[in-house]
Order: sequence, then C-alpha cells, then structure tokens
Amino acid sequence: MNKRTVLAAGLVIAAVAAPLSAASARDQIQIAGSSTVLPYANIVAEQFGKAYDKFKTPVVESGGSSAGLKQFCQGLGEKTIDIANASRKIKDKEVKKCGEAGVKDIMEIRFGYDGIVFATDAGGEAWKLEPKDVYLALADKIPADGKLVDNPNKKWSDVNSSLPAWDIVAYIPGEKHGTREVFETKVMETGCKTAGGYDLHLAATGADDKKAKKTASKSCFKVRKDGGTVDIDGDYTETLARLQSNKTGVGVFGLSFYENNTDKLKVATMGGIAPSVETISTGKYPVSRPLFFYVKKAHIGVIPGLKEYVEFFTSTKMIGPDGPLAEYGLVPMPKNELDELQKAVSELKTM
Amino acid sequence: MATQDTISSPAAASSRQLNDPALLRRRYSAERRFQAYGLAAIMVALFFLVVLFTSIISQGWTAFLQSSIRLDVTLDKSEFTDADGNVSDKAIRLANYAKLGRDALQNALGIEKPGRPEKRKLKELLSRGIDTQIRDVIEADRSRIGQTVPIWLLASDNVDALLKGSIDRDVPEARRQLDNRQVAWVDKLVEEGRLEKKFNWGLFTFGASSQPETAGLGVAIIGSFFMMLIVALVAVPIGVAAAAYLEEFAPKNTLTDIIEVNINNLAAVPSIVFGLLGLAIFINFMGLPRSASLVGGLVLSLMTLPTVIIATRAAIRAVPPSIREAALGVGASRMQALFHHVLPLALPGILTGTIIGLVQALGETAPLLMIGLVAFVVDYPVTPMDPATALPVQIYMWASSAERGFVERTMGATLVLLLFLFVMNAAAVYLRRRFERKW
Repeated sequence: MNKRTVLAAGLVIAAVAAPLSAASARDQIQIAGSSTVLPYANIVAEQFGKAYDKFKTPVVESGGSSAGLKQFCQGLGEKTIDIANASRKIKDKEVKKCGEAGVKDIMEIRFGYDGIVFATDAGGEAWKLEPKDVYLALADKIPADGKLVDNPNKKWSDVNSSLPAWDIVAYIPGEKHGTREVFETKVMETGCKTAGGYDLHLAATGADDKKAKKTASKSCFKVRKDGGTVDIDGDYTETLARLQSNKTGVGVFGLSFYENNTDKLKVATMGGIAPSVETISTGKYPVSRPLFFYVKKAHIGVIPGLKEYVEFFTSTKMIGPDGPLAEYGLVPMPKNELDELQKAVSELKTM
Repeated sequence: MATQDTISSPAAASSRQLNDPALLRRRYSAERRFQAYGLAAIMVALFFLVVLFTSIISQGWTAFLQSSIRLDVTLDKSEFTDADGNVSDKAIRLANYAKLGRDALQNALGIEKPGRPEKRKLKELLSRGIDTQIRDVIEADRSRIGQTVPIWLLASDNVDALLKGSIDRDVPEARRQLDNRQVAWVDKLVEEGRLEKKFNWGLFTFGASSQPETAGLGVAIIGSFFMMLIVALVAVPIGVAAAAYLEEFAPKNTLTDIIEVNINNLAAVPSIVFGLLGLAIFINFMGLPRSASLVGGLVLSLMTLPTVIIATRAAIRAVPPSIREAALGVGASRMQALFHHVLPLALPGILTGTIIGLVQALGETAPLLMIGLVAFVVDYPVTPMDPATALPVQIYMWASSAERGFVERTMGATLVLLLFLFVMNAAAVYLRRRFERKW
C-alpha cells in the first residue's frame, strides 16, 4: 500500500514536471493587443503559417491596445509576448515602463491606416456631415451668442438644415477604445474649433499656456450625457445591432467593418469627402489613424521566425495596395513610406 | 387566522369552519390560483427557451453547410518546379494556387482572356483557402502534377452568403458585396451543378482563420477536451478527498466551520477572479506558458473545486448513518467503511455534481481571458502545453467579427457547444439512474 502510494505520487510529480521542462523553449511567436489590429494580424499570421513550413503559426491574442502594451512591457524572455499590436502610438509613459522592465530596444512598425466612418441605416438618405455638425449635435456644451450653454439641439435638423429631422442619438466607441481618441481629436476638436467653442473654453481657463490649451481641448471632447450619445464598449457588431433596432441612430464604425456591411449601412461624407481606401490614403478624408505593432528586438534570433514574421508583415505582398489586408479594409501607406518602412525593418531599426 | 383557529381548537373548528362552503371555495380557489401561477411560470420559462433555441437554430443551421465549386484544375507542371526544372517541396509550397483556381474557374465559365478587373472579380468567388485544398490533392499523389484533376474548391464567404440568402439580391449593385456579373456567374455555376452546398466538415476540423469559410472549431474542441481532462484529473480527486475528510474525519470545531463557510463562499466568487489568480500563480510565478490549455484546465479546476466539494459532501451526507454504523460494528476501520460502503453508495451524487461542475467549466470564458486563451490559434495543439482556445472563447471571438459568414458560425458553434453540454447532462442523468439506490 505504502509503496504504491509513493509510486503514484512520483508519477504525478513526473507528469507535472515533464511538460514544465519541455516548455522551456518556445518556438511560436506570441502576439497580443488591439482588437482593431487583430483581424489584420490574424490574416498575416495565417498566411505566414502557410508560407513557412519550418515555423509555427503565430498565436494572436486580443484584448485592447493598452492591455497588449502592458503585457509587452512586463519584461524580456520566453514567458512574455514578442509583439504588441496597437491602434495608437505607444505613450512615453509606456516606453518608460518598458525600459524599467528591461525592454529597451523596441521596433515601432506603422503598417497602414484605418478610417473611421459615420454611418446610418441603409434605408435612409446618405448624409453629408461636417465635423462642426457632429460637434454641435453631440457636445456637452456649445457656444451660443458668445457664451457656452448646455446643448439645446434635439434633432439633427436643428444643427444643419440639410440633415433629416431625426432625434439625435449617436452610438460612439466607449472610452477604452482607441477609436474614441480619433473621434475626439479628429472630429470633436476640429468641429469645436470651427464652431468657436474652443476659444470660449480657452478663455474660460483664463490662461493661454500649453496646459490651458489641453484643458480647452479636453472640454471640447466632452459629449452630452442626456441620451444624445451612447457609449459602445463592445465592438462594431454591437453598434450595428443598435442601429438596426433604432433606425434613426448614427453609428461610428471602422472603414473595414463598413466595407463588409455596405448592404446594411449608408456612410456619411465628412467635409464633403466620402471615406474610401483612396481618400484616406491620400489624406483627403480627415478621420483616420495609423495602426502599429511593436516588436522586442531582443527576441529576434531567440524566438524562431520572429524576424521573418516582421518582414513578411511589412512586405508589399501583405500590406501593399493589392494585398489581402487592403482587401479587408486596411488603408495602405504610400509607396515611399512603405519603402522606408521596409528599409527600417531590414536594418532592425529601433525607436 | 382561520388556520390558527383550526390548530388551536380542532374539535370546535371542524364543525364551525371546515363545513363552511364559502371558506371551502376560497381554499380551493386559492389552491387553483397557486397552481396557475406555477404553470404560468413554467410557460414563461419554456417560451424564452423556445425563442432562444429557435433563434439559435434558425440562424445557426446554415453553418453546417458550406458552398463548394467543382472545378477541373490543371496542375501545370511549370507551377511546381524550381528554376532548374525539378519538382520540389519548396516550389509546391509557394506555387500560385490562387491563379490555378482562377484559371479553372474562368474555363468553367467559358470566359476567354479576362482583363485585370475581371480576373479580380473571378478571384473573389473563390476562397483564399483553396491553396491548402489544391496542395493536399498534390501531396496525396504527386503524379497528378501535369494532369487536370476535378477538385471541390471552397467558394468565398460572399458566394456562400448569397446562396444562403444572407446577401440580398435586391440591394442595389453599388452596395452589394457581389456585383451583377458575379451573381450571374454564381447562378450559372449553380445551374451547371458545379456549385453546391455540402456538409461542412471544416467546421469541426479547421483551426482559427480570418475567413469564415476556412474557420473551424478544431483547435477549440481539442483545447476544451484537454481542459475537461485536466479538470477531471485535478478537481475530482482533490474535491472528493476534501469532502470525504470534512464529512467523515474532521472534528467539528471553529476551524472546520470557517473552512466550510469559505468553501461555500468560494463557489460564488466571480470567475474572472480565478483568471487573475491563474495569471499570477501559474503564469507569472510558476512560469507555465501563456495560452496553454494546461493553465486553462488548472484555473477551471480551481473554479470547479467548490462545486465538486459541495456536491460530494451532500452525497456523502445522504448515505444513511446505519450503513456506516453497521460497517464499524462488524469491525471495519473508518477508512474501510468510507471506501467500501459510503463512497460507492454516494457515487451517483458525486458523479452528478462532478459533471455539473465540468459543464460549468466547459461554458466558461471569463477566467480564460486573462491567461491568454482568447487567441487566434491555427495549429492543432498536440499537448496541453501548446497554445489552444476553448469552445465558448471561439464563439466569443466569432461574434465580434465583421464578415457575414461568422454570424452563422457563431450560432452554429453555439449549437455544437449546446450539444456537448446536452450529452454531458444526459450522461449525468443516466449515471444517476444506473447507480442510484433507494432507501
């Protein structure tokens, strides 16, 4: 009995310990981060696995830009991820934190752009929006007779007579989304400046330094909380579902999501420009943002296939205008930018 | 009040009240009302169940069918040779399969010398996953290189959606994913019997993919299997041992009371907390790999442990003390009484509790989020140390995808998960019936 117990215990320990030692060499790239970048990273990972027999297909986790960069900055070694996807640039704070944990040489790769579109249900007329309209409809406070007042607008037609008399309800990305930042800086702030709200906010701070300007911008971002805006913390599928139940709502989507659902959504022009891969890559359509991924240089040569993956991702075959990413909705970068990027990658240039 | 009277003076009450027809009617109608409430409650529950199932099944059943196109693919030798003219592994791997498929499609449709935009339109009808399909045909028999072989190639998700009716033909061309010419091509292929919906084995065998037509539950099913195995191997022995000790051997004092209260509390801790714990202990401290089903299994074991302990304790307590006393009376030790008599009799209850725990673990996503199991994994996991996902996680990831094909797959995968749960619950019922002893 006793002998058998000892034997059983020994077996259990061996069973647990064996995989532990076997796991010491990771042979698969691990990626985490932005849910916006996720579909692009998935496409590349899938193709990479097909194109290279000797490397395993990378594992891509989702979870958001900030969560991904947090994991990225945990340190070096096989237990940490190799690449962080981000739908925004890494913050100085994060670079510092990375440095403290030993992650010093970081390669920053900007692989293309993503457009953000305003869309309504496919049944209605196509809208022509200006940043100013969006600001006047959605801001918490708007200027009236040289003063800032609580937003009195109830219908879109109150804002701009060319828009339909629909109640103002906009489904905008929640605070944790990278898209929110673009919505704030590219639409709300621009609209705020043209409408004159920015100057009033600035005057209200009573100063004219950098800090005051920042406060004024922040005040411009503030959206109304009386039901005119609804934060969507989920993804675009949720926004679409909301639009389908409220046919007079307006939703904010990524260009790629819109392109996959053109039969259900009608896109609004912004400043007279319809969003498309062309108008965004030439910079005509104003609401777009760059997409990034960050690579630990120290892991190149340690994790098999990491260098090849980065080169594969940045190849013209993948992120060029005819590649599968552009087909999915990525806005490719101009030729000269791409050449520069490929050169930087081949030299393993760090930030 | 009437009842109190009845109890306090039964003799007097019986003559005065129970024969009172008005009271009798009230009591009967009160009972009928109560039964009606109960029935209504069941009806409401059933109604929602039916709504849920109809919505899942009506949206999900199409996921079990997938459109394929039968094409005569010419495996031109020059595509598979190196610069020196020999067929090589590398050349086969890197061959331009998209072009082979497109050429075959253009022959089938009788289009001669298509222009660049036309080529692009043709390519859009075929899945990007056809490269693996054609390659598999070649790898199965290399002598086919140079021949023309009929192959069922996957159609793209838009073609599939058109055939299943989730792309509306009446939508104006500019806003439809397939233009009029592509729709005409598709109709022609259907007429000729080249384009058919076949049973979608890929749903069960493929790993993760960015295109719905080549996305499947393969990795998730294996991952969930590993996790269930680990939960069964870790949570059940520990849970049963803990419960048996607490029930049969432990002294009743403040310490065991505290332990008991804590086990019960643990059952109500939000599952995400177990994920955080798993991240801290198994990954950061013990250094186990991220995304591995081993870590997932251990975290789920922790989560299921209280359920198993509580169920086992209840089952052991339900064994009549006379059994124990009889065993001890004929000279068995307490351990012998436990192993020879109490545990076998408590087994049906323990099994039921365990399976309920496993079912709970199988449907769980939140704790897996923190330990990297919500991931895009293409390759099959061979050991529990390899990256994997789980069934509910796959459903969650598909639910957030933009493509039309993923909507039906989300529901289809839900059906698969429900089937697993159903089978496990049925097993629990069967085991209970089989081993149950009535006293």
